[in-house]
Amino acid sequence: MMFVPGNNPGMMADAHIYGPDSIMLDLEDSVTMAEKDAARLLVYNALKSIDYGSTEMVVRINPLSTPYGRKDVEAVVKAGVDVVRMPKTETADEVRELEAEILKVEEEIGCPGRTQIMAAIESALGVVNAYEIATASKRMMGIALGAEDYSANLKTQRTPGGAELLLARETIVVAARAAGIACFDTVYSNLDDMDTFRAEVQLIKTLGFDGKSIINPRQIEVVNEVFTPTEKEILKARTIIAAIRDAQAKGSGVVSVNGKMVDRPVVIRAERTIALAVAAGIIDKEEMI
Amino acid sequence: MRNSKLSSLEEAIRRSGLRDGMTISFHHHFRGGDKVVNMVVDKLAQMGFKDLKLAASSLSDVHAPLIEHIKNGVITGISTSGLRGELANAISHGLMAEPVVFRSHGGRGSAIASGELHIDVAFLGASSSDELGNACGFSRSENAKSICGSLGYALPDARYADHVVVITDDLVAYPNMPMSISAADVESVVVVDSVGDSSKISAGAIRDSKNPRDILLAKQAAKVVINSGLFEDGFSIQTGTGGASLAVVKYIRESMLQKGIKASFALGGITAHMVKLHEEGLIGKLIDVQSFDKVAAESIKNDPFHQEVSAVEYASGMHKGSAVHALDIVILSALEVDVDFNVNVLVGSDGIIRGAIGGHQDTAADSALSIIVCPLLRGRIPCIVPKVTTLITPGSTIDVVVTEYGIAVNPGRPEVAERLRLAGLKVVDIHDLAAKATSIIGTPDPLPFGDRVVGIVMNRDGSVLDKIHIIR
Repeated sequence: MMFVPGNNPGMMADAHIYGPDSIMLDLEDSVTMAEKDAARLLVYNALKSIDYGSTEMVVRINPLSTPYGRKDVEAVVKAGVDVVRMPKTETADEVRELEAEILKVEEEIGCPGRTQIMAAIESALGVVNAYEIATASKRMMGIALGAEDYSANLKTQRTPGGAELLLARETIVVAARAAGIACFDTVYSNLDDMDTFRAEVQLIKTLGFDGKSIINPRQIEVVNEVFTPTEKEILKARTIIAAIRDAQAKGSGVVSVNGKMVDRPVVIRAERTIALAVAAGIIDKEEMI
Repeated sequence: MRNSKLSSLEEAIRRSGLRDGMTISFHHHFRGGDKVVNMVVDKLAQMGFKDLKLAASSLSDVHAPLIEHIKNGVITGISTSGLRGELANAISHGLMAEPVVFRSHGGRGSAIASGELHIDVAFLGASSSDELGNACGFSRSENAKSICGSLGYALPDARYADHVVVITDDLVAYPNMPMSISAADVESVVVVDSVGDSSKISAGAIRDSKNPRDILLAKQAAKVVINSGLFEDGFSIQTGTGGASLAVVKYIRESMLQKGIKASFALGGITAHMVKLHEEGLIGKLIDVQSFDKVAAESIKNDPFHQEVSAVEYASGMHKGSAVHALDIVILSALEVDVDFNVNVLVGSDGIIRGAIGGHQDTAADSALSIIVCPLLRGRIPCIVPKVTTLITPGSTIDVVVTEYGIAVNPGRPEVAERLRLAGLKVVDIHDLAAKATSIIGTPDPLPFGDRVVGIVMNRDGSVLDKIHIIR
């Protein structure tokens, strides 16, 4: 998910050419007070007029407690955004408030239920309430960590190893999995240190995140490299899926591949490997076996 | 020494027999640091010359003082590969009564050799010379003040001009050999304090572009090269110096290492990137008409397999053998490309001259595969357009256009399109690219051109390709 400032027409016009899975146009922190209205208009027109292809479009709105939040919702829902991202989410009630606001606009334009919600968790209270937030609405498609505000709230600062974020990251992954939705990690802002960035992406992949937030197209390659399964992993996954299908055809639920027992969790992991390989474009859907 | 050709600039001009109405020539190897053109034309103005025709291999921002000399009638005609800055702006707005003649580097070499462009007196700056006029674009002495490397664009002038004046800031002991310009062609040698500002002649280390769009374009262009069918042991390549072109070299290098492929030669403007590949053994020889940076200039001075060539040997379409005839792949940039694959590298989308033909026409025409790397949009300016503002390189010589929105292949090269498609590259119709640009930024207002012609674009074979009209 690539962050793009909502007040930069040049970046908004061609953000999708770099191939991010989703683009988040930002109306919140990257836009100064004086430019909030202009940025909202720009984002509205970008969503209406630019062909972003199959890229998922997200807009980060201002909190509903500010004078801009409701206007943001109205503009982006009318423009047909896929996902509204709510910043600094702390409670399930806030999600429900946003849901009601979205529904109001959708009903006005005659397409209720179209817009999804992503909640950014950026405080200790938000982390504590992560599961309630993740299950607050059937529109919830994912939760994301916002680490800058979160570490400030914890009264610490970000470090290269990310020890200060470990509990929040694990809590968010667990909450998302329990709720059956996606989870996204925070941004890494030092563009000149690709090694630390790569280590962070490897860490969050291990923790179970579905993806990473990025601030520059140059970071896409690293995320894709880390998340794309290797040929060996794909081969192993295919062997497992083939073996289990073979077994199921014969009426058995459990098989062994290369001497190791293959049960349901192993198959689920194998299917996820194949799905990631398809998403990365290295194998065709037809090849999924 | 006996038979010394040393003289002052004024004396050299007097001895040359220069008269009003004649043609003087210069090279542009000192690029933005050049002091020779302004120094010589100032002197000619002081001496009272009028109606001179200036035949430069190229002119740039630093030549803005020519505006006054044109207004005063000292210079009444210009031929060049390119124009930039204030001078280009003034000429676009009608400064000169006589249109500027634009030629490619190969086209200029041919025109000089054939006599179509006759040079009466050539004033050729050099980073070193001996008293007889053996001159180089570098100096082997401790007093070296400047370095530009190859003097390739000056060599046709040296050979064919009626009278040659070498101007240097480092007079070295005879013999200054191996030499670029031979004393056999030189009438006078003038020593000056400085031929150019060395910080602007050649940049130091080149930094890799961090611009994500450049990187994206470069990766796509590298994929085109790798899957072109020409990427095999012994291939040859030329690239430009823009951010994307330089980055292409980096990605091609990775693939060369992986596949164990080596290039036989790299051609053209040589950069530090090419020198690096040569020194790593990935490129056999460097054929250098212009050294783009200090690393390349040092390399040509020290490496026997880094060969200087003249503009004729580089890119003439009229001679028995020029290097472009052997070139496999060229990667070029563009200001605009139209739906017929015609390219403009000279006139901006505002109608003002802001570029140079360079070797564009020559390499596109003679290479086995010409690849243009060009963004669909530059800010709010569309670069893939229905019709180019000015025709510089005919679409029939352009094979592939790489943009961030897809790769267009000339319908005349279906086998290339097929290879790229099989490699999984996004091959698109160039009309769709132009339509995409229009859909994003709309159709620009027509440019306010007037009737008067301020520039004539020559093709490399000496025919007229297009005219540049005055902009209001």
